[in-house]
Amino acid sequence: MADKILKKLNIKVWRQNRASEKGKFETYKIENVSTGSSFLEMMDILNNDLIEKGIDPIAYDHDCREGICGICSLYINGRPHGPDTEVTTCQLHMRKFKEGETIVIEPWRAAAFPVIKDLVVDRIAFEKILQAGGFVSVNTGGVPEANSIPVAYDDAEESMDAASCIGCGACVAACKNSSAMLFVSAKISHLAKLPQGKIEAKQRARNMVAKMDELGFGGCTNTGACEVECPKSISITNIARLNREYLVARISE
Amino acid sequence: MSILESKIPEGPLAEKWNKHKASIKVVSPANKRKLEVIVIGTGLGGASAAASLAELGYKVKSFCYQDSPRRAHSIAAQGGINAAKNYQNDNDSVFRLFHDTIKGGDYRSREANVYRLAEVSPNIIDQCVAQGVPFGREYGGLLANRSFGGVLVSRTFYARGQTGQQLLIGAYQALNRQISKGNVEMYNRHEMLDVVKIDGKARGIVARDLITGEIKRFGAHAVVVASGGYGNVFFLSTMAMGSNGSAAWQCYKKGAFMANPSFVQIHPTCIPVHGDQQSKLTLMSESLRNDGRVWVPKKSEDAKKLQSGEIGANDISEEDRDYYLERRYPSYGNLVPRDVASRAAKERCDEGYGVNSEGKAVFLDFRDAIERLGKNVIEARYGNLFQMYEKITDVDPYKQPMMIYPAIHYSMGGTWVDYNLMSTIPGLYSIGEANFSDHGGNRLGASALMQGLADGYFILPYTIGDYLADEIMTPKTDVSAPEFEEVEKEVIGRLEKLYNIKGTKTVDYFHKKLGQVMWDHAGMSRNAEGLTKAISMIQEIRKDFWKDVKVTGEMDNLNPELEKASRLADFLDIGELMVRDALNRNESCGGHFREESVTEDGEAKRDDKNFANASCWEFKGETEEPVLHIEDLVFENVKLTQRSYK
Repeated sequence: MADKILKKLNIKVWRQNRASEKGKFETYKIENVSTGSSFLEMMDILNNDLIEKGIDPIAYDHDCREGICGICSLYINGRPHGPDTEVTTCQLHMRKFKEGETIVIEPWRAAAFPVIKDLVVDRIAFEKILQAGGFVSVNTGGVPEANSIPVAYDDAEESMDAASCIGCGACVAACKNSSAMLFVSAKISHLAKLPQGKIEAKQRARNMVAKMDELGFGGCTNTGACEVECPKSISITNIARLNREYLVARISE
Repeated sequence: MSILESKIPEGPLAEKWNKHKASIKVVSPANKRKLEVIVIGTGLGGASAAASLAELGYKVKSFCYQDSPRRAHSIAAQGGINAAKNYQNDNDSVFRLFHDTIKGGDYRSREANVYRLAEVSPNIIDQCVAQGVPFGREYGGLLANRSFGGVLVSRTFYARGQTGQQLLIGAYQALNRQISKGNVEMYNRHEMLDVVKIDGKARGIVARDLITGEIKRFGAHAVVVASGGYGNVFFLSTMAMGSNGSAAWQCYKKGAFMANPSFVQIHPTCIPVHGDQQSKLTLMSESLRNDGRVWVPKKSEDAKKLQSGEIGANDISEEDRDYYLERRYPSYGNLVPRDVASRAAKERCDEGYGVNSEGKAVFLDFRDAIERLGKNVIEARYGNLFQMYEKITDVDPYKQPMMIYPAIHYSMGGTWVDYNLMSTIPGLYSIGEANFSDHGGNRLGASALMQGLADGYFILPYTIGDYLADEIMTPKTDVSAPEFEEVEKEVIGRLEKLYNIKGTKTVDYFHKKLGQVMWDHAGMSRNAEGLTKAISMIQEIRKDFWKDVKVTGEMDNLNPELEKASRLADFLDIGELMVRDALNRNESCGGHFREESVTEDGEAKRDDKNFANASCWEFKGETEEPVLHIEDLVFENVKLTQRSYK
């Protein structure tokens, strides 16, 4: 458990200066990284090295570094968020890597998530899906007293399981079809499991699915890759619920 | 006579807000459609304000530097949100929440603002439940509560250890709804770099599109800053990497006073620093202190063996453990407020009882709670926090105690605002962590979420109407006005200056140096000598920074180094003002601990005669020293006493 020093690592990373330019892999060496460092601290060290050598540092999204904001989005050694389970890239630690290893880092690859620069992708498509219906239509003020709407313990827990989605996009990156079904279904379940959200459930399912299809995400073929890579363990049973909600919505049209 | 007008309404405390609401102006729906409001930041304050203002009919432009409003750092708040619902029948009330908050803040906040905060707190819970926030519940279907530090009742609502996330998603959903209706124009990946004043009033901002590098102008009838705190001055903190003080600082430079900038909170339960490669500290929720017991060894030889790795925590017998919080503060025990818990940890570690290799950590132990309640119960309560701890440290906290140490977490100080949340610039508002008003010298746990949402949902939407009612004849702000041109030129000049230095040292190099000075001299414990020294040290770092920083990349492209450099330029200035403020406030209060002002048993000793006030700083120019203005705090409803948690 005591931290060790990884003397040498090779970092093979996707470099692309702009959306409009072509990208390619570059390999950099990095030395003396503590196994107690986080993956992104390793990236900070590498970037400071690059700056000192006069090379433009690698752009990547990161913010809270506590695994909750969902902005970090690296595809590491062929896996979204890298070789650990139930973590985001920012919680991945260097103890998961071996001395001398070549670590391959790519951006999320999906038609709906175009690259902005290097490892930074544009996830505005997720925003648009949520804007299409991922809410309860209540204004501020004039709402009932909180305890006047009891919610069964298990329903609240199931809702919370789905609401844990951080909107990172690992599900899309992991899916061979680049499907956003896990992401969409998490929002559908979060709200459908609560009495407050039930009222608009049909409309919500219809609008969000239509928007998802329009934005170029692929269809779901039930491979389950999304669930495996989801840092928050969002279950694919949510997709079953979404299909059910969607079917009901279409039948009742 | 102070030039600061707090505009606190007359009358009894409990009637002030209602009377004020009845007396302020209201804008008609037809006129609201013609009025534009800019909101900076999309955390709990910003998102709730933008959504609520848009629902009322105002045209809102909302800005965040992240790729989505949902990423704002409110998302990382773990433990909970306070509200005076008294659901537990434990004699909670609006007055008790008010009193706890004033006392917890060591009597350095405004009575009227804090009372209002407590008064609207129950509405927040109602609002969040209506939005579909999945709060923790009891088996009967009603809402559950937990306890937090510094209080004797259970009034904290929570969604596992992800309360901030769920509240922010609630506000974000409301915001998304308004975006889809076209009432909010959302600008993601845009950073405000300056505020624009026309005829003395805030009329817009200049912002950088972080993807294209384009500098853009945005006009409005009022500007709301909800940009959070400036804790990243310290380099290492629990703040998000991008959290910054630049929006607030640019407002300061345009005439908005900064109040109590030295008041920052040091959170007692963070994962300790390891080595020198770290970029960020991780918080472990205060809620853990509900069940965890804090201790260090009684014998210094045991501490030495722990530090060298010869023995582990479990090798130390019960009678050789010093549960120092329970020993020093028997009535509150492990649930003393954050400032008290942090200082007590530092005191033990300074005496040589620290438990990690650096001697800078204490134990937070769940052994007794697991024995009493079972592992399942602890897992249900804190599972995600335990998992996070294990992922980061590779230690299983179900088997061994956590190691924790204090870290910078929150800024109580911020932009000075009056009772309407308006700064000293007419039309410029500041809400949430960005302002100074509610937490005094120390914030109680689960109160930041409460304040952000209180300001955004229930206070600003009322008070801003009072200002905007006089603006209904003001046409849409013309962004081609010379005032915009001038500010845009300043902004571009500042960025080009940074970019063209082409020095030899990275931005992080200077940021780490600044952070070290701040931590050493303006951190958990401060004295006149160290603070005086810190001013010249910061000035030295600033001089080097502007001479030797190296900003790579391109101006017209996504350029994180340029963003960091621009923010650090402001942190260097903010740091100096914090130190000046800390030096000026020759008393200890809350998180501000001056070694010169200590009680016999080592607690913070206030000087109410000279410092029962807010210290508000006015910018006078790059080369001038700032001018201090005092807002005296008047206490009519609480008695100022030595804070005791014994």
